[in-house]
Amino acid sequence: MSTTVVTQGRTPPRPARILLHVFLAGAALAWLAPLLWALYAAMRPYGETSEKGYVSWPDKLSLDNFTNAFTQSDMTHYFVNTLIIAVPAVLLTLFLSSMVAFYVSRFDFRVNIFLLLVFTAGNLLPQQVIITPLYRLYLLIDIPGITMSGKLYDSALGLVLIHVAFQSGFCAFVLSNYMRSLPHELTEAALVDGASVWRLYWQIVLPLCRPAMAALATLLSIWIYNDFFWALVLISTGENMPITSALNNLSGQYFTDPNLVAAGALLTAIPTLIVYFALQRQFVSGLTLGANKG
Amino acid sequence: MTTTETRTDHPAIPEASTVPPPGSAHVPAQKVPHGHKRLLTRRDRLTLGLMAGLPTILHVALVWVTALASIALAFTTWDGIGFDRIQWVGLQNFKELFEQNPQFWPAVQHNVIWFVALILVPTPLGLFLAVQLDKKIRFSRVYQTAFFLPVVMSMAVIGFVWQLVYNPDTGLINSLIGANEPGTYIDWIGDPDLNLWAILIAASWRHAGYMMILYLAGLKGVDPSLREASSLDGANEWQTFKNVIFPTLRPTNTVVLVVTIIEALRAFDLVYVFNGGAEGTELLSILVTNNIIGESSRIGYGSAIAVVLLLISLVVIIPYLISTFRKERSA
Repeated sequence: MSTTVVTQGRTPPRPARILLHVFLAGAALAWLAPLLWALYAAMRPYGETSEKGYVSWPDKLSLDNFTNAFTQSDMTHYFVNTLIIAVPAVLLTLFLSSMVAFYVSRFDFRVNIFLLLVFTAGNLLPQQVIITPLYRLYLLIDIPGITMSGKLYDSALGLVLIHVAFQSGFCAFVLSNYMRSLPHELTEAALVDGASVWRLYWQIVLPLCRPAMAALATLLSIWIYNDFFWALVLISTGENMPITSALNNLSGQYFTDPNLVAAGALLTAIPTLIVYFALQRQFVSGLTLGANKG
Repeated sequence: MTTTETRTDHPAIPEASTVPPPGSAHVPAQKVPHGHKRLLTRRDRLTLGLMAGLPTILHVALVWVTALASIALAFTTWDGIGFDRIQWVGLQNFKELFEQNPQFWPAVQHNVIWFVALILVPTPLGLFLAVQLDKKIRFSRVYQTAFFLPVVMSMAVIGFVWQLVYNPDTGLINSLIGANEPGTYIDWIGDPDLNLWAILIAASWRHAGYMMILYLAGLKGVDPSLREASSLDGANEWQTFKNVIFPTLRPTNTVVLVVTIIEALRAFDLVYVFNGGAEGTELLSILVTNNIIGESSRIGYGSAIAVVLLLISLVVIIPYLISTFRKERSA
């Protein structure tokens, strides 16, 4: 990314450049305005804003709403629920889709186009196209003892499965492209030496895919964390909800105190922001690598 | 970053020449797959079968079987209680949907508006921002992050944040323009003439950042010598963009178009959080969902709406996949 900057050299500031900076700074600030507004509202007590109005000078700013939202609504519990769903879902998606990618990019070239078409097209469908039968299916499948509800419905397992099934389409496509660019002499030589295909996959191909896997892992974590729809339909008890749909409940419960809801919404966004700032490069490269994703 | 370029530009993959294109695998002269196959033990074949088979079964069962089941159920009535209560009704659900449901045509219209609005406003804006940020300026990363931040956040969270802006009595806009006293309210969320546009502004807020990143990646692939040649020829900035840069962004434009259509068809979270898809903001996705989590469980009817959504999606997905995979094949 930065190499081109060096070769081009930095042009000395010209009036046009300064104008551009003024424009971009203004636009960026305008862009952040809704978030800054939410932050401002969240830092003021409800009593004060209801008396003086929201657009007013603050008497005091505090993090009370954040602590209240966090403690009163049991957010830790919902964060843990999200972790229970997202961590296995991301790992399983990467594991399963890399196996499919390995198969189609290294072995069976006759089915590769067809298989990848099935996976990629599946990932492009709107979720609502499949939700009605899926919902019925989840109610139908009895798995006593494994989940609290005894069914796939209203369980973390059910959400993990649909996330994996849905997202693996996109990951299989991206990873197969990536694996195809690895020299095949690598695997061929190992195969001649008598290595098993599993070893080929696990010890040779997979380690080489680390950059692509890292990009996908970042992207998947954010997508799965942000999911609202699957959890909304496939989870019924508040107890089992991940954080984003729990926020919906919180707002129903505390709709009279928008400042508290603002604090809750911002708290919900924090983990994704942390992931984004820590892994910006991976996130952006993942997004463009899988630009076909809606 | 190398992976990015592989994906967006589809350069010839070095090894691709030795890999037979699918469909010609029966030609005996293709040594690679045959060489591989001969070396495979029975156990290897079993391993490979499982490696490809298990993920495929999961994906097909949960995504494609359910999509097909939606199609089948669309021709029935079912309350979901027992399989014996499923009744074949032919096209009745569709007839009722097209002729009697007062929400259906507005929903279709809103989905179309959603797409048109996204392609006309945030997409060019994203392109414009990308072109500006591509000029190797200082603080580029900071600006980029500001515009991109909404893309990282959940649509549900975005919905809550924008409600604070639109709220009739406590919201930012009404407070600023003095419309926050009873009687003077502008009801951005409740007014059916306004609410769709209010939500679309929030959706565009997010979409522009997304488009910006896609275009930034596309612009990185533009050969710098093209730009140089153009400026040597005396072209100004706009002429260079119009005649040199934009034409080379074709692959990115295709992706942007497909992403935008799919986003428009998938739109759901924001509307659901905002006002549950009440009057003025109906969408096909909302209608389907209301048939599941609402009081009435009309499975056949809900499936009929899903089928409409499926058909519209396939009109986009199929040509896109054909062109993508044709490129893959020739690569």
